[in-house]
Amino acid sequence: MIISVASGKGGTGKTTIATSLAWVLGSRAQILDCDVEEPNCHVLMKPVITREEVITLPVPDMDMSKCTLCGRCGEVCRFSAIVVIGKEVLTFPEICHGCGGCWLLCPEHAIRESARELGALESGFAGPVEFVQGRLRVGEAMSPPLIREVKARINPNKIAILDAPPGASCPVINTVKGSDFIILVTEPTPFGVHDLAIAVEAVTPLGIPLGVVLNRSDIGDLEARSFCKSKRIPILAEIPHDRAIAEGYARGNMLVKSAPEYASVCVQILDRIRSLSACGESPMRNVAP
Amino acid sequence: MKELIVISGKGGTGKTTLTACFAFLSENTVLADCDVDAADLHILVHPKIAHEEEFPGGVKARIDHDKCVKCEACRDACRFKAISDAMDVDPLSCEGCGVCLHVCPEDAVTLEPQISGRWFISETRFGPMVHASLFPGDENSGRLVALVRNQAKVLARSRGLDLILVDGAPGVGCPVISSVTGADHVLIVTEPTLSGLHDMERALTLVRGFRIPASVVINKIDINPLVAERIESLAAQTNTTFLGGIPYDAGVVRAMVQRRCVVEEPNGPADRAIREVWERLKPLL
Repeated sequence: MIISVASGKGGTGKTTIATSLAWVLGSRAQILDCDVEEPNCHVLMKPVITREEVITLPVPDMDMSKCTLCGRCGEVCRFSAIVVIGKEVLTFPEICHGCGGCWLLCPEHAIRESARELGALESGFAGPVEFVQGRLRVGEAMSPPLIREVKARINPNKIAILDAPPGASCPVINTVKGSDFIILVTEPTPFGVHDLAIAVEAVTPLGIPLGVVLNRSDIGDLEARSFCKSKRIPILAEIPHDRAIAEGYARGNMLVKSAPEYASVCVQILDRIRSLSACGESPMRNVAP
Repeated sequence: MKELIVISGKGGTGKTTLTACFAFLSENTVLADCDVDAADLHILVHPKIAHEEEFPGGVKARIDHDKCVKCEACRDACRFKAISDAMDVDPLSCEGCGVCLHVCPEDAVTLEPQISGRWFISETRFGPMVHASLFPGDENSGRLVALVRNQAKVLARSRGLDLILVDGAPGVGCPVISSVTGADHVLIVTEPTLSGLHDMERALTLVRGFRIPASVVINKIDINPLVAERIESLAAQTNTTFLGGIPYDAGVVRAMVQRRCVVEEPNGPADRAIREVWERLKPLL
């Protein structure tokens, strides 16, 4: 069972919800932080990292002793990451997508596969919860290949909770694709609702069941509720604005630590997800109180 | 002409709220919304669209089943696992590299141009604005950001305006790199939470890597004075101007619900603090 937590707008409480859901599931949960640009699950869960890997993307490396300057690589590359100018072959590894076209199609086999560092993949445990996070190298523009590496570590024997990046473009789609359920966390403000609508539009083609968690549910206006009603998206839980929760978060405490009464709310969310998603016989059958 | 980019690292710290306030407080300004996958600035500034164009994104492969002999050469070559067992291309996985087209012995693959979004030139009560919307789920946000910034420069030049105010995206990836490259000044809006500090540190590393002058403002500064102090000392250590803090103020959400800028309802705590931040920021531009 894979549950993604996404939002559209940033700062609505994705990480708050994802970490607390993982925490109530305990050893049955694996949390994977797919917000590789700004991973924050570790701030709240303080995991012990036992394994670190450097994740790379293949990029071209020229062997000029074999190159005949035929220019085929430059014709093939649609990203202008390799060009032949005069007697030189210029490569721009930072914009290379790693498609392998240039070395696959070079008639002289003059291009080898080299590597560009995308970032780090760190795994370990936060208490009983299995923990995986990606951390994009600052300056690296492409997050989707690192997100795919994080997802390659999904443990099929656990309930995987994926913390998605904000927004509604390719990093979000790369995260939520293949999930059994998507939780969209929003706040009932004009920005929150506007970005929720974009996120819903982005993930709808995937055909994955959705539910909304309304955070700071007593601020703003009623539009988030009427939007969910019109789109027939269930509201899984409402969390009112509470300065104590905000202060706990600021200190790096999980929601279930600063407000233990939310443990049962998290269990209810998981129970709703079980009944709403196709996987009735998931490991979550033991979760209901 | 100066270009100020507002970013944050962590999402939801108040980039758009502040950008709209600066639009109200500044003069001779062009607005640009570079958070192209979840643009919100228009909610507060009510642009009237004067010009609209499609944004051509990349290409996607398509396999002609009448020509395909299912040799699977394309599937073997595709690094993005975009070709299914049924030899269909998954547009969400296809990056448009065209390797499949080159390896297909039957000429069964074509690359089809995609429209990835739209961009607009509008008029607002604070001056002209360039904004865009990437189609939900699409890619190429970095290129669309570059396009929006370019159009804003063209507009500033043609109308003789001297400030471009850019609302950026959260994170430190593709759209953010595209919005800060070559800017005159970057303002990082953060919050005094451990996550806010962690994310702001990464955003600051990015901006410093580009050697762009930066400043920092802390929103909801009263949530945790200790973390606020750590942010302030990080700014001091990195030659980043600390512009001060904005207290938590329920009036910020009230103004947003009325689709107005906080500073349009004067005399609240946030309004006063934002005006002070702007006065300190102005001489840096």
